[in-house]
This record gives sequence, C-alpha cells and structure tokens, in this order.
Amino acid sequence: MTESTNRPSFISRCQNWIDARFPWTDTLNRHAAKYYAPRNFNFWYVFGALAFFVLILQLVTGVWLTMSYVPTSEGAFGSIEYTMREVSFGWLIRYLHSTGASAFFVVVYIHMFRGFAYGSYRSPRELIWLIGMGIYLVLMAEGFFGYLLPWGNMSYWGAQVIVSLVGAIPFFGPDMMEWVRGDFVMSEITLNRFFALHVFALPGALVVLVFVHIVALHHVGSNNPDGIEIKDKKDEKGVPLDGIPFHPYYTVHDFFAIVVFLIIFCAVVFYAPEMFGYFIEKPNFEIANPIKTPEHIAPVWYYTPFYAMLRAATFPLFGIDAKFWGLVVMAGAILIPAALPWLDRSPVRSIRYKGRISKLMLGMLVTSFIVLGYLGTIPPSPFATFTAQVGTMIYFSYFLLMPWYTQREKTKAEPERVTD
Amino acid sequence: MTDSKSNPVTRRYLLLATSGVAAVGVVGAAVPFVQSWTPSAKARALGAPIKVDISRLKPGEMLRPTPKWRGQTIFVFHRSESVLARLEKEAADLADPLSKKSIQPDYAANTWRSIRPEIGVYIGLCTHLGCVPTYEPDVGSEKWDSNWRGGFFCPCHGSKFDLAGRIEKNLPAPTNLVVPPYRYETETMIVVGEDMEDMEEIA
Repeated sequence: MTESTNRPSFISRCQNWIDARFPWTDTLNRHAAKYYAPRNFNFWYVFGALAFFVLILQLVTGVWLTMSYVPTSEGAFGSIEYTMREVSFGWLIRYLHSTGASAFFVVVYIHMFRGFAYGSYRSPRELIWLIGMGIYLVLMAEGFFGYLLPWGNMSYWGAQVIVSLVGAIPFFGPDMMEWVRGDFVMSEITLNRFFALHVFALPGALVVLVFVHIVALHHVGSNNPDGIEIKDKKDEKGVPLDGIPFHPYYTVHDFFAIVVFLIIFCAVVFYAPEMFGYFIEKPNFEIANPIKTPEHIAPVWYYTPFYAMLRAATFPLFGIDAKFWGLVVMAGAILIPAALPWLDRSPVRSIRYKGRISKLMLGMLVTSFIVLGYLGTIPPSPFATFTAQVGTMIYFSYFLLMPWYTQREKTKAEPERVTD
Repeated sequence: MTDSKSNPVTRRYLLLATSGVAAVGVVGAAVPFVQSWTPSAKARALGAPIKVDISRLKPGEMLRPTPKWRGQTIFVFHRSESVLARLEKEAADLADPLSKKSIQPDYAANTWRSIRPEIGVYIGLCTHLGCVPTYEPDVGSEKWDSNWRGGFFCPCHGSKFDLAGRIEKNLPAPTNLVVPPYRYETETMIVVGEDMEDMEEIA
C-alpha cells in the first residue's frame, strides 16, 4: 500500500479518464454536490422530486405494459384483460401505471400550487415556469391519449367528447376532427395513432421538457418559501450564505419523501386501484360500443375542473355559440397560469409577505378548483351549472385581477436572510 | 468571398434567402406527415353509401338495430300524422326552427327536415360533443323535462331535440341534428350517403 500512495486509485483513474472525454464530475457538481439550494426548503418542496420519480415509474411500467398490449379495436380490450389475469404480475404493473397517472397529477398540482404560493414564477424564473406549463400540457395530452388505449366504453366516449371539442373551432373544426381521428368516427385508426403518441412521441417530449426544466432551474437557482434571492448574500468563495449543497442534504430529504409517498401510493395500488370509479371508471370494464353512450360521461378526475368550466358556458355571447365559448373558457383556464409571471406585480414574491387580498384570492382559487373538480364528475343540473359558473368567475378573477390587487395591497417587509 | 465580408447587406440577404428556402423545405416536408393523418383509403371505402330497408319500419318506431354510415349511427324512424302536425306548430322554444344554421341537404331543408315528412333520417350524434342521444318519442313527464313533447335526449350534457332533430333553446348543442345526404331508391329502400338527384323524386 505504501508504494502506491502517490498513484491515484483505480476508481479515480477511471474518473479522470471519463472526465477528459465527458464532463461527468462537472455535471454531478453542477447539479448536485455544488448546487446550492436554499436551506429553508419545507414540505412543499419535495413534490418536484416526487414528480420526477413518478415519471420514471410511468416510463418503466409503460414499457412493460406495451409488451402485452395489442393496439387494435379487436384486440385492445382483450389484451388488457389478458395482462390483468394471465401475465405474471401484469395486474400489478397495470395498476402501478393507472394509479401512477393519477399520482402524477396529484403531485404536479401540489408542485404547481407551491409555485403559486411562493411566487416561484417571478423573474428570473419565468422560463422555468413556462417550460413547466409545457410539461403540464404534454402531461394532460399524455393522460388523454392513454385513456383511449384500454378501448373500454368510457375510453371510447370520453375520447369522442374531447375530440368533438375540436369541432367547435369555427370554419376548420369539422375537417380538423376528421384529421385528428383519421376517420369519420373514433376507430381503430384513431386508436393506432393515439397509441403511437402515447408510448413514443409524448413521453419523448416529456423527458426533454423535464430535462430543460431542471437545467433552467439550476441555472437561475431555486426559489424558497421566503421568496428572497439567496444569491444576494454570498461568502468569500461565492457560495450563498443561505445555500446548502443539494447532495447530500436534499437528496436524502427527497429520498425520505419518496418512501412516504410509496407507502401511500402502494396502499392505493393494492387496496383501491380503481379509487371507487375515480381512477378507472366503471363503464370502462365494458368494451367500447360505438352505438351506446354511457349514461353519464365524466373525464378522469384530473381534468374535471376544466370540464366543469367547459360545461359552465351555456349561453351564446357576441354572436358566438355556447359550444365554442366552452372551448375558449376551458383552453383559457388551462393556459392562463402561463401568464402569471407578468400578472403578478407585487413587490414581494412569497405569500408569507403578500397582503390579505392575495391570501384570500389564493384560498378562493384552491377552493374553486376543488369545487369545480367535484362538479365536473357529477351529471349536469341547473344548480351545478350555476355553481360552476360562479366557480369559473372566481378561478379567472384570481388571474385577471392580479395586476390590480397585488399592486394595491399592503405587503410585509421581506427579511434580509431566509427564516427558519 | 471578400465581397460578403465587406458587404453586410449582401450577407444578410444571403442569410434571409437561405432561411427562406429552408423554411419552404420544412413546410414541404411537413405536408406528407400532416396529410398522413387524413382518413385513409380504407377508412373512406368503409364510408361508402349504405342501403337501408324501411319496409319493416312500424308507425312511430325507430329502425333497430340502428344502421351505420361512415361508422356513425343513423336514426331512421317513422312519425305519425299527429307528430307532424305538432312539429309544424311548435317553433317558439327552438334555437334554429328553420334550420338556417344547421347542416342538411337542400332537399331536407324544410319543417320536418326530411324528404318524406313521415320518415326522419338523421345522423345520431349530438351536435354538441358527439354522444348518441336516446330516442324518446312519447309525450309525458320525464326525468329531464316535466313537459316532454317527444324527441331525442342526449344523456351527456342534457341537449333536447324534437322529433325533427331540432335543438331547443339555451342548451349545449349549437345546431339541429345533421341530416346526411340520402335518397329513396325505391319506396322502401333508402340509400344513405348519396344525394337525391332531383327534387322531382319527392313527388
């Protein structure tokens, strides 16, 4: 041993060999060991890592499901039954994937709420926010295309309803509907292309967008619950005084969160994979029937707030019919958070230091979103429609009134350094 | 070469021209990919006209199993004299009583929205979001309407159509049920998917 003290170890020689050819150590440092994250991250900050974990889970289980899936109108429904009953652990892989889809949205909605509350979208993080919105849109499309694949009756009619939304676009609508379906109705042709998009195109886009999301985040640095820049106060080495290396501090933190998440997730997978019809709807245990619409069509829970807003548009306005307004309201509701960086004019970022109106508005936003989510699952009635209309107004006023109330309200002074 | 270096205008012109050609190339290359999504020859062949025999159609009933044209459910049903008389009268509650905004061939652009008044032929997909409405011909009190006058009810979002496929006011569906192109080959044989050649046939 004494002879070789001057000679680098085998491992470090390997590392040097790689580093001369690929920025391996550099990359690890930049994104983990020397990525300085604010030391005051709280509970709400684990959901980004959880979303990443669920993405991996979906990619892996998805690949395995593809191995026994048949993308034809004759074979699709049967191949899912085959996966569930005859493929070893097929039931587990399928339930991990179907529950994973819902878990993805739970985690992403909380992750987004964190951004709303702590002003994570504010300058200089606008691009992180926009890329994140891109991820959210791709995720919604991914969930939609995936729901058709089992070719159950709800798959079929849910897709029929959503594709028909395209038909509301003036002039081009009807032709676009045929273009999207590749047929005059939902058919095997549609199933084939949705399959290609679901297993290949969109997951690819998702991985690229997540990569870019993280690169942008690590370039500007993370926000924190106080909403102040930790980069403003640095030590003599240029390390933020309130920053700690992401690895090992937050990797361990996130690993613990993943364990807790898995306990809850597995409980659902094993004991309530259908979640009483919210994750897998009852009509989907019947094969798609193009002449029998299910009594009540509701999308999966993660789309229901927007579906309720779609249905809330019941009257024509400015000579444009209600159907097109429904589409406009729904698309607007999904896209409007992208404008947040330019709507928020508050001198402070975090909800901790914003005024009473901001707190009230955020509370109302969350409440309206949950209530709309519930209304989207129940059949339409005059009372439900009215409530949805009120909810839609509240949802939009959070965004559209923001330039006004964030400027007007009295805010608290931000601290110099992050608080514990 | 020295020219382009000393002349930034030429350089910019070349850059623009190159980008322009590249953009044309990208658009051109996108055409087959976009076109590839339109209905294939197989889909179009399956969308060929169909023959519907209505000799077994009983008064006041709808033809079952419902025929399909281009994969779409086609409602073919019989309307009695009293229904026709009622359809002529009621127009106040309808969003488009004269079918001005709705889709139908010219030869079906009348009160009953059909070639022969007693036989209704409609595409059985709600014009809102494409669900299949249910055939509810009987007058009376129903779950969705205490004063139901008979027609079609869409379970998805509650649109109500009368027996001429006309939508009631202030409901999600924007237009009346679509009338497909069709013609009578004989007294009891309808061809759906082909237009009637001349208006004489009605007589």
